[in-house]
Amino acid sequence: MVVTAERTPLYDEHVHLGAQMTNFGGWVMPLQYSSIREEHRAVREAVGLFDLSHMGEVRVKDESLAQRVVTRDLTRLRPGRIQYAMLCNDAGGIIDDVLVYAVADGGYLMVVNAGNQDADFDWIGAHASKGAHPVLNVGRDWALIGVQGPRAVGLVQRLTPSQLGGVKYYAFIEGKVADVACVISRTGYTGEDGFELFCGTDDAVRLWRALLEEGQADGIRPAGLGARDTLRLEAGMRLHGNDIDASTNPLEAGLDWTLSLDKDFIGRDAIVQARDRGLSRVLVGFKMLDRSIPRHGYVVVDNGQRVGTVSSGNVSFTLGYNIGMAYVPPTLAAPGTRFGVDVRGTVAAAEVVALPFYKRPHPK
Amino acid sequence: MADLSGMRFAETHEWVKKEGDTATVGISEYAQSQLGDVIYLELPAVGQQLDAGARLGVIESVKAASDLYSPITGEVSEVNQDLKDHPEYVNQDPYGKGWVIKLRSVKDNAKLLDQKAYDAFVQGQSG
Repeated sequence: MVVTAERTPLYDEHVHLGAQMTNFGGWVMPLQYSSIREEHRAVREAVGLFDLSHMGEVRVKDESLAQRVVTRDLTRLRPGRIQYAMLCNDAGGIIDDVLVYAVADGGYLMVVNAGNQDADFDWIGAHASKGAHPVLNVGRDWALIGVQGPRAVGLVQRLTPSQLGGVKYYAFIEGKVADVACVISRTGYTGEDGFELFCGTDDAVRLWRALLEEGQADGIRPAGLGARDTLRLEAGMRLHGNDIDASTNPLEAGLDWTLSLDKDFIGRDAIVQARDRGLSRVLVGFKMLDRSIPRHGYVVVDNGQRVGTVSSGNVSFTLGYNIGMAYVPPTLAAPGTRFGVDVRGTVAAAEVVALPFYKRPHPK
Repeated sequence: MADLSGMRFAETHEWVKKEGDTATVGISEYAQSQLGDVIYLELPAVGQQLDAGARLGVIESVKAASDLYSPITGEVSEVNQDLKDHPEYVNQDPYGKGWVIKLRSVKDNAKLLDQKAYDAFVQGQSG
């Protein structure tokens, strides 16, 4: 069987810009255009442009169904607001991490990870009651463009008549950007301020080009998945498939703030049981004390014993040292605690630090 | 552009330039472009004896860690100390200031490609 990777509406733009393409979650995506380091820096210091059209969107109109499948109580989520939540299985394992948008005409839109979109849709659909609103898998109807960095808000503002100052973090409005009808969402996966713009697939190229052109004055750079990963790691954001998956529960992952344990949701009972039993491992942030670079899958060592696993690791371009996240026993979780990371047969020293590693200087 | 004359290449994408019984070793332009941003190199100690094809160290880019192999037999006489603070030299100038190690007492016993043959080899790999 030949599985063909899907292309976003911006595929030709990436090729034209000279991007190195890679397969990610079943999609051909730009890994980098010029240099991950330079793209990373552009997002921290100016503005970066991301094609996020591979991300999935699942429309769940039925409010009780949405409440049943996500970990967080949505009853107080007003239209125009967004929450980060988990989709868990019966064992409390994380099927996916999602952004839940409360939509004005009822129900929710869930923005889900590219590689999980069809599985998430099947999972949510399987829990729908007969006769209720059907669940819709609409990821391929939408393009999604991220505009991230200290100059992102000003850039998007110049291209829209909408007043963006009132759009708070984790809120969204509908409006036109560069004359393209968009959902303008103040969200991101970089640790910077900025927007994620949803538009129809037919409008994606027009919006992308308009942002790149208008952004020249701001020092805009298109940024690929490489920079997206180093940026999100500095911001302490989990990556599904690396830091969280169906074998980890939200408590272990340090995502207890996404749980509303006083409501009924799939996986709740298992999570409560896991809490009452006591956790055997927790996700921590750490920095390397030498120059070696931790990577997903490397073993955490304490007193010669294998005690945990690195879930993500890389250089931090912004901080100038190497950082990672790892699952370790709770006894090793306090900031300042030291453990070893087996880097290709040599144990390198690491120290637990609080997450996130990086916070932007002047959050609004 | 650096002077590539006399430079020869291993199929593992290192280059070597011999001068008398000493040699300079680095990685190819193609290798640096495939690796992407280099962030760290783990290099051998001066004095270490390397056989042609032996692992000489590790190069880490943002994407992954990759082994480096010595294209030629010899004894490590110098490692590029500048790469400690400037690993990006490997990306910026792989045939010049991004050189990796120097060897002495080299034995020219390895099967290596000249630039033309190496370019054809790379074409075949990426094609």
